[in-house]
Amino acid sequence: MTARDTDWDGVRLHVVTGKGGTGKTTVAAALALALAHGGRKVLLVETEGRQGIARVFDRPPLPYQERKIAIGPGEADDGRDHGGDVYALAIDPEGALLDYLQMFYNMRTAGVALNKLGMVDFATTIAPGLSDVLVTGKATEAARRKRPGGGYLYDAVVLDAPPTGRIGRFLNVTAEVSGLAKVGPVRTHADTVANVIKSPQTAVHIVSTLEEMPVQETIDGIAELRAIAGMQVGGIMINMARPVVLTREELKGAPDVPALAAALKDAGLDSGDALAAALADELAEHERHVELQDRERTELEAAGQPVYELPMITEGIDLAALHRLAAELRAQGAA
Amino acid sequence: MSGVQNPRLDMDRLIDDRRTRIIVCCGSGGVGKTTAAASIGLRAAERGREVCVLTVDPARRLAQSMGLTSLDNTPRLVEGVHDEAGGSLHAMMLDMKRTFDEIVEAHADPARAAQILANPFYQSLSSSFAGTQEYMAMEKLGQLRRSNEWDLIVVDTPPSRSALDFLNAPERLGRFLDGRLIRVLTAPVKAGRPFGRVLNMGFSVMTGAMTKLLGAQVLRDAQTFVTAFDTMFGGFRERAEDTYRLLQAPGTSFLVVAAPEPDALREASYFVERLDEERMPLAGLILNRVHGTGGPRLSAARSLAAAETLEGMIQNGPVPSASSAAYPIAAAALRLHAEATSLSERERRVAGAFTSAYPAVPVVEVPALPVDVHDLEGLRQVGESLADRG
Repeated sequence: MTARDTDWDGVRLHVVTGKGGTGKTTVAAALALALAHGGRKVLLVETEGRQGIARVFDRPPLPYQERKIAIGPGEADDGRDHGGDVYALAIDPEGALLDYLQMFYNMRTAGVALNKLGMVDFATTIAPGLSDVLVTGKATEAARRKRPGGGYLYDAVVLDAPPTGRIGRFLNVTAEVSGLAKVGPVRTHADTVANVIKSPQTAVHIVSTLEEMPVQETIDGIAELRAIAGMQVGGIMINMARPVVLTREELKGAPDVPALAAALKDAGLDSGDALAAALADELAEHERHVELQDRERTELEAAGQPVYELPMITEGIDLAALHRLAAELRAQGAA
Repeated sequence: MSGVQNPRLDMDRLIDDRRTRIIVCCGSGGVGKTTAAASIGLRAAERGREVCVLTVDPARRLAQSMGLTSLDNTPRLVEGVHDEAGGSLHAMMLDMKRTFDEIVEAHADPARAAQILANPFYQSLSSSFAGTQEYMAMEKLGQLRRSNEWDLIVVDTPPSRSALDFLNAPERLGRFLDGRLIRVLTAPVKAGRPFGRVLNMGFSVMTGAMTKLLGAQVLRDAQTFVTAFDTMFGGFRERAEDTYRLLQAPGTSFLVVAAPEPDALREASYFVERLDEERMPLAGLILNRVHGTGGPRLSAARSLAAAETLEGMIQNGPVPSASSAAYPIAAAALRLHAEATSLSERERRVAGAFTSAYPAVPVVEVPALPVDVHDLEGLRQVGESLADRG
């Protein structure tokens, strides 16, 4: 199998946001794995200093350094496809500031001195917009970095971004900085970063669960992002969807308890009607739950963005689970 | 859970105790902190306390459930609260910028205050999310407490990237305002200081670098801001320290809210340890959104095995039996039960790791609700679960 069309061909920077508790980091990691196929090289970037990426990949804390963290899946029906590589980087504003000074001014030493003086405290305390520009700047730099001999070093960069409540400010770097710096290097830098973020090369995906609050935040987030000119809203990634047993038709109506008890007895569970009644109650609750999930899903679908759905993994997230989620994302065309 | 059984959190004793004046709900984002704070506030009010709930950035529907429609920084009376016990409930949403503006106005003369309010650095600082929100939430808490209008204040902490940020906020601001960078920035304005040449040399290197980095105009704005702010530093630090002491005072109790997930409980662990270090009193852990506590006692493994047996019988052709028509639904019910049970077993394991590490921390579990809370009745029900003594 060769390269096939996905919903996000041409996107080099995938920003992943979502309400707290929806599994944003897990989905970002799964997306990075899904993108790392056919020899592709993907960088997964963390911005909030939580070391969530190291945890989902079961690795020691990540340094401020790009390191290989996993190998992407190969295509089973093509022996020559050996998968790809996932690299990871935990960005902190301090390191990003030193990089910035080194890259543009060759002033790393001055940077270290500024840092000692509390320059980074200054940036994060008094003007968080500046620190956001440094962080997004580092991610966009990685997305545009060329390898010797031409071509991009990374085929895609996945950014595990701040939650939905902060994402507009985080990405709208020009607006954040313009109040502070009308001209000057930081402003120029912000404009360069904005040119990447507000372009078809970048898509902002939103992770949600099928619950009211995350869905509401997703819809509000989409509206906020759409209001920023040039920003491409990506997919809605439904996470932790509970499986649906039986069809919705079959779920309708209360199951017959004695018949259920007889069937259970045939399966070797001879506990009389009590177990059957309890299971029937669970089925009825499941039906209500499915109904609620359906309602939330309909609301997300009405937002008009591609929707992907990932199952709840009851055993918890490990590398095998990430691969399973990555395969889902691939099968649904997200990567 | 392992053999260890943590004491049960006695919510009613906490809220009925008149000496409890402040309850702080903390925890990572997305665990239901705001709902917990509102439910505790409502329950306390209906048990006779005069309560104010201070919330930061609540979900719209939850805000509406308490009749809050705008961010107006003033406690509003919540209608529909049962007042037979003589209590009342007020609620307010924090307006971070307005709170900050008010402090500036309180600590500077009108001309200087106007100068600060118009400065772009001040505007960025006062309306940004990181740090300021934590600090202003604590400041507002201090104001409400000092006003002495309520006998219980329940506060919901901001959804910080790290749930610990709000504890650091006063200290961080204090450290920042005392920082060397500030001194460097203010140095040229306050000429003739005895730092002499050393600082001047350092200063030219620094301003050189900073001008390159930020541009001359930004540096000028920063200097103006810092100089104007300089006169208020003392007042700011004092307020920050007062608030910090308030959090350590005997009438304050902390409740850590977590969902039975590794990330949320990891944050909860940090919190428990941090509160201990700061000598801030932890009342207990609210384990929110726990799945499947009821239901039949049938293990996931046995349930799955029975489902497979039935599925095998379905596949191996029709068995002429009265019960075979119910096989598909029975198999589905068993699979569903297996899934729910393994989720619940996993939650127990995750929660068990926390409780065995902190066996003395009182815990209360709140079952996962099928729908979010929309109204006072919903809050009342959560309150019931919180006070459920098992």
